[in-house]
Amino acid sequence: MSIIEIEDLTKSYRVYQKKEGLVASLRGLFRREHRDVEAVRGINLTVEEGEFVAFLGPNGAGKTTTLKLLSGVINPVSGTARVMGHIPWKRENAYRRRFALVMGQKNQLWWDLPAQESFRLHQQIYRIEPQAFERTRDELTDLLKVRELLRQPVRELSLGERMKMELTAALLHSPDVLFLDEPTIGLDVVAQHNIQKFLKHYQAERNITILLTSHYMKDVAALCKRVVIITQGRIEYDGSLSGIIDSFSGHKVITLQFAEEDAIHNMDRFGEVLEREPPRAKIRVPRAAVAKTLAAILAEHMIVDVAVEDPPLEEVIASLYASVDDAQAAREAQPEKSSVSQ
Amino acid sequence: MTPAIRVKTWWTILRICLEERLVYRGDFALGTLMRFLPIVTQIFLWYAIFEAVKDSRGADDIGDISLGGYGYTEFVAYYLLTMLSRAFSSMPGLASGIARQIRDGEIKKYLIQPVDMLGFMLLGRIAHKVAYYSVAIGPFALVFFLCRNMFRELPPEAATHSLFTLAAFLASLVMGFVLGYFLEATIGLIGFWWLEVTSILFIYMLFSFFLSGHMFPLDMLPEPWATLVDLLPLKYLAYFPSAVFLGKVSGPDLIWGLSVEVFWILFFVVLSRWLYHRGIKRYSGFGG
Repeated sequence: MSIIEIEDLTKSYRVYQKKEGLVASLRGLFRREHRDVEAVRGINLTVEEGEFVAFLGPNGAGKTTTLKLLSGVINPVSGTARVMGHIPWKRENAYRRRFALVMGQKNQLWWDLPAQESFRLHQQIYRIEPQAFERTRDELTDLLKVRELLRQPVRELSLGERMKMELTAALLHSPDVLFLDEPTIGLDVVAQHNIQKFLKHYQAERNITILLTSHYMKDVAALCKRVVIITQGRIEYDGSLSGIIDSFSGHKVITLQFAEEDAIHNMDRFGEVLEREPPRAKIRVPRAAVAKTLAAILAEHMIVDVAVEDPPLEEVIASLYASVDDAQAAREAQPEKSSVSQ
Repeated sequence: MTPAIRVKTWWTILRICLEERLVYRGDFALGTLMRFLPIVTQIFLWYAIFEAVKDSRGADDIGDISLGGYGYTEFVAYYLLTMLSRAFSSMPGLASGIARQIRDGEIKKYLIQPVDMLGFMLLGRIAHKVAYYSVAIGPFALVFFLCRNMFRELPPEAATHSLFTLAAFLASLVMGFVLGYFLEATIGLIGFWWLEVTSILFIYMLFSFFLSGHMFPLDMLPEPWATLVDLLPLKYLAYFPSAVFLGKVSGPDLIWGLSVEVFWILFFVVLSRWLYHRGIKRYSGFGG
């Protein structure tokens, strides 16, 4: 049995639609227009024990909603999910003792107290044996290099230090499944890197299962072998990071440096010119035509240097998000379904 | 779970909540002491009223005047006891705090962690009260000592003469705390539907002010108000413990009153649990 099994999971929210202005506000006291926002539209996914999976997708794609469903914060409209055999939204203590959710934008620690007090509370509510608790706490805070900050009130910690404390708190009870919602949001490059390094080490050591959402491609590249792209509440891609380029980009980028300056003005014949910077040019050509195009250019011009590359991952993913948006807009060209209720 | 572990968990929660209360020492101490001001103004207000009534009736001494069955000393004794009752039953910031946590998503932690929200917050509230009493006990003792003459002429049923009444009084204080907690928690949980409970809380506060006995002794009220307040749970928050202490409720009435209070506590325990379970089903995890 897989550790996470999701079948046809859907979730929609009813959102109050308010028009601008005072009159509309007054009208809103009596009649309200609601719109159903479908955040997750039928997700199927299985994750095996020990996998480190990244959820990618634009804002509002349904990544966080999926994590909230899996951690039992919200109930789905339909579909099923099992994590370690538990249905998350039943919120059984047996399940809640075995997973953790860390949200980069939310604080679970007691703001005015030192982190060690929050940890002590976790020890009690998660019923961690005293020796195991102290061992885990020291190990985690050493790895994250925050041990000397244990006695400082959380409000006086930097964002990076606080995130490290949040991670420690979440891992004290040695969860088997960890959900991370943008754990590096707002952190500087060094702190981001430290947290990546820690997560990689910890995951490899304990072989726990981690689901991560992030907008930083570096997080994903450093940590996850498997990437799931969610857009508009659906899974658009499930595979390796490098596979994204193979699946969604039929192009390569050729960078050419010419011996003669005016050669660059001749490039429109060979492909879409991305950059012109004499004596260099960047052109985009279909993957299948790379060899033929290069041969043709070489036959006509003197070339000093050449590089053939995949387009940048961020670009591919951005165009993927955009193409899904367009398709969605076309599909929903008819007026949005809305209901009026008292 | 063995009882020992459960108690240890409760103790840890209590201890940490208590520590949190003591972080802002200045604000806490000032807030605690400031709560004694209204009682002083109320005593002066009633003193002025009695003086005016004395003059208009041409009486010699303020002690001869009785309003609605209460003499001046009884009034003052009543207010002091009401202040004590409210120190147990009032829950500043509880309902609005729950609604705020629902609105900004902080409530998520109770859904994710293996902990019961209402139980956890109850322990938090106990810590709140313990911290408050430990500071307030000084001024409370001082005020009661200064006003000791007001408790001289109480009937034999009063708590100053009867151990049974004293026990009933203490029980009604503790039950007033529990009732106040679950009643305000219930109001806060309406936040799952309305998000903002300030207005409903305001209405509750307004009614509570008049109908709990905070403003005046409820047995002064004419019909049909007397029956109304008797049917409501609000009287247990201020009037009832004071009336018990003063010997105004005794014998079978006292037993009946305490039984009805137990009923109201169970009612609000069940109602708050039910609202909580209904609420988290429709909760949409606001805020990221």
